Amino acid sequence: MKISERSLWTWQIATGVVILVLLGLHMGIMHLNDTLGLAVWNPAGNDPLDWQNVTARARQVFFTVTYVLLLATALFHGLNGLRNILFELGPTPRARSLIVAALTVVGAGLLILGTWAAVAARAAAAM
Amino acid sequence: MAATRHPNRLGLKGWAVGGRWGPERYLYTLHRLSGLGLLAYFLIHIVVTSSRAFGPEAWNQAMGAVGGPVFKVGEFLVLCAFAFHAWNGLRLVLVELGVLTGKAEEPVYPYRSSLNVQRPFLIAMMLLAAATILLGGWELFVLSH
Repeated sequence: MKISERSLWTWQIATGVVILVLLGLHMGIMHLNDTLGLAVWNPAGNDPLDWQNVTARARQVFFTVTYVLLLATALFHGLNGLRNILFELGPTPRARSLIVAALTVVGAGLLILGTWAAVAARAAAAM
Repeated sequence: MAATRHPNRLGLKGWAVGGRWGPERYLYTLHRLSGLGLLAYFLIHIVVTSSRAFGPEAWNQAMGAVGGPVFKVGEFLVLCAFAFHAWNGLRLVLVELGVLTGKAEEPVYPYRSSLNVQRPFLIAMMLLAAATILLGGWELFVLSH
């Protein structure tokens, strides 16, 4: 499947906007939890990495859905950006195909792992 | 060869030197560097945080493996890259869509739309990035968890 450079660039911008919102929320919850007073998402105290807080988020459908959405958009945005940088170095057509194939495998693999983890964490939250 | 098709292509060297550049061109280089750094962090981040699916022991073990002062400084670098890439990325998207680029005008020096509209916009975005870094750094190093 050949996707045009133009539509890839449009996706790069569109995913950037989605990431801006979702990663802004993610960074706010994980790193500005105290400053912004986001106790509602960290009910078990102000350490967002505490297992109780991790499971409190994992149980909510909102987090499962937005984690997967952020995972997919950020993987595309990051790997397509890397592809743009590598292509600018002037690889041969054969090297280009290999780059795209390798990045697709990495992206698909991590998308599957991350999606599985977000869903499986719902069960682990009950442990 | 690509070099003959694009004789003005500077390759990697063009990220650092290419003549008389405005700040926008250096932000382009920073955007790429921060993007590569964020991607490297993100790919590892997916694997490390996936440990939560295996329960509390696996999670605590994974978090223990990425603790300590070295990782804290690393996380601060990720915060800096995030803050810059996000605010500069917002600028790039808006400029791409033609927002805040000023009215079309004859390109007569000094270029008023770029100096009076785009440049203050750029400065505002960088101030917001700096504020984000200060706020996040405060929570990371001072309030600390």
